[in-house]
Amino acid sequence: MTAVVAVPLVSAVLLLLVPQLKPFGHLIGTAAAGISFAIALILLGEGQRTEHLGTWFHAGSVTVGADLTYDHLSALFLLLITGVGGLIHVYSIGYMAHDERRTRFFAYLNLFIAAMLTLVLAGNYVVLFLGWEGVGLASYLLIGFWQHKPSAAAAALKAFVMNRVGDIGLALAIALMFAKFGTTDIGQVATHFGGWFSYSPLGDQPDWYHLPMNSGLATALGLLLLLAACGKSAQVPLQGWLLDAMEGPTPVSALIHAATMVTAGVYLIVRSHFIFDFSSTARTAVIVVALVTILWGAALGCVKDDIKKVLAGSTMSQIGYMMLAAGIGPAGYPFAIFHLLTHGAFKANMFLGAGSVMHGMGDDVNMKHYGAIRKAMPVTFATFAFGYLAIIGVPPFSGFFSKDKVLEAAFHEHFWIGAVATVGAAVTAFYMTRLMLLTFFTTERWEKDIHPHESPRVMTVPLIALAALSAAGGLLVINDWIVHFLEPVVGHTPVPGPDTGQWLISGAALIAVVSGAGLAWRLFGRREIDRGVTRYVPVPHIEDIIVPGFSQVATMTRTVDTYGVDVLVSGGPVAVAALAGELRKGQNGYVRSYALTMLVGVLIVTLAALAVHW
Amino acid sequence: MTPYVVLSALLFSIGVVGVLTRRNAIVVFMCIELMLNAGNLALVAFSKQHGSLDGQVGAFFVMVVAAAEVVVGLAIIMQIFRTRKSADIDDVSALKW
Repeated sequence: MTAVVAVPLVSAVLLLLVPQLKPFGHLIGTAAAGISFAIALILLGEGQRTEHLGTWFHAGSVTVGADLTYDHLSALFLLLITGVGGLIHVYSIGYMAHDERRTRFFAYLNLFIAAMLTLVLAGNYVVLFLGWEGVGLASYLLIGFWQHKPSAAAAALKAFVMNRVGDIGLALAIALMFAKFGTTDIGQVATHFGGWFSYSPLGDQPDWYHLPMNSGLATALGLLLLLAACGKSAQVPLQGWLLDAMEGPTPVSALIHAATMVTAGVYLIVRSHFIFDFSSTARTAVIVVALVTILWGAALGCVKDDIKKVLAGSTMSQIGYMMLAAGIGPAGYPFAIFHLLTHGAFKANMFLGAGSVMHGMGDDVNMKHYGAIRKAMPVTFATFAFGYLAIIGVPPFSGFFSKDKVLEAAFHEHFWIGAVATVGAAVTAFYMTRLMLLTFFTTERWEKDIHPHESPRVMTVPLIALAALSAAGGLLVINDWIVHFLEPVVGHTPVPGPDTGQWLISGAALIAVVSGAGLAWRLFGRREIDRGVTRYVPVPHIEDIIVPGFSQVATMTRTVDTYGVDVLVSGGPVAVAALAGELRKGQNGYVRSYALTMLVGVLIVTLAALAVHW
Repeated sequence: MTPYVVLSALLFSIGVVGVLTRRNAIVVFMCIELMLNAGNLALVAFSKQHGSLDGQVGAFFVMVVAAAEVVVGLAIIMQIFRTRKSADIDDVSALKW
């Protein structure tokens, strides 16, 4: 189990430190991801277990072990990360072929894989935090991979800083667990929520407390974890970094900012389900955040002309669905993970497809400069179409089943929650159809010197594999397989209700999808597309509101620091230095000047003596 | 009595002015000797006036110390002249700050 993390980590370190490996960097990196995938497959047969690698640190009554825990939830994530990650490695061999820093790119990708695996295998929250920060670092390095572009460097910084805001939540949650439970082991924290062992303030006798529903502790932990999840998963209000993160190379967008890292927030909530089970307040907060993000991301998808930004908005929106399912509680957890897995496949597929299109179009990302690419790139078109059908939820593609399950759970929770989520599905169909039409259909709008061509085999094979997964992902839900598979981890609460309700929901979802897609076809499929920029009502970003305020506070603080504190603290030394500067002029090294000084001194003493005598 | 003290004061003043105004190390040195001898003259004069030998003993001590000082001082001036080809005391001003 350690090996699954160690292999990519060792590979990353070797690729970064041994320059002789540069010519084979891409092969070593891809092999490392492949070996990890193989180990993940072997582990699948071995079942649940915990590995204690030793004590990480020990301070007072607090001991943190370097523990890895493998269970069914980790198992699914392992397969997603190493499987989709491996395919993206293969794709990157072709995509980054002309980049002279390709080996470094693969080192960072491996570093990311290792960190993400640490995150999902962590046996306690401190190790999880290590992985959490590790993926943040890898994300920063990869967004800013083309660091010569100021926009990429700025985007990397923005992602890093906004993620830190969320990380405060996770750090505080861990601190709270230390303070209240004295442990951060996930299993032990979970047992504390079953019944809370505490010392009463009056006697030495331990008392057995049962944590009440909606206790302040559970709500506080839940809200702090939600803050962390918002940062990592680009949920409102910390969503601003994800669109800018598209500055990174496209495989990065596919791997980190669509399939795996941004879903870490969903993983965190499902992994900490025992906390959310005890706080309906925190669950409601998760649902509200999720619904806002579903609509917000979908709205972004409708107005952007940049193909990667449309997909990024769509990622936000889809993660919103996962968060929604996670916020619903025990009935939703398996479906959050189910949608996460199918989304990982079809969104990675579409991002890589977008990369393939960009590859053929001279790195142009503006969809309005595309048009009718399906003829030039048949494989890319066909695989992208699979992802498209999956995300808008056309049966029998994977997205239909996973989104349907989320909607079902949402409607069961409350009618309006389900209704908003269904509207989100309609908008998803609208903007994805717009993307399809502008890119692959309508008329050619590209420049004369652009010659679209199909990408090399090394890029199309991963596309085909991911397209197959996008189509077949729905198989996971046959006989509620995924629900039973995850039952040991998150428990099982079947959604009661008549089958007719389910059919109604599926029907409503399909109607929503068809109407959204139809509207897009009416608006974009049947008329000439101009090359102008899409205009939309600009919505101020949260960072544009908060950052100026903080800047002013910072300016004020700096003023106080410069003219208040600095003057007080540095004033004394400065005065002494000035005085010394004056005094040392008297010590000029000239013997005659010293002699004069002595004479004057003698005269003064003599006159003083005479004055005293008389 | 007074002429001796006046002569002593005159010699001392000449020595002071010489030390402060001349730049040649040898001349400065001579002026210092002048001041020492002015001091000696005053000691001997006051000794005679008070009928005590204390002042004369003091003068002898001053002479001994002055002789030693001349030995050391001239040696230093010689060394400085050998290294710098100059006996100007204003050239020897590195010892500061």
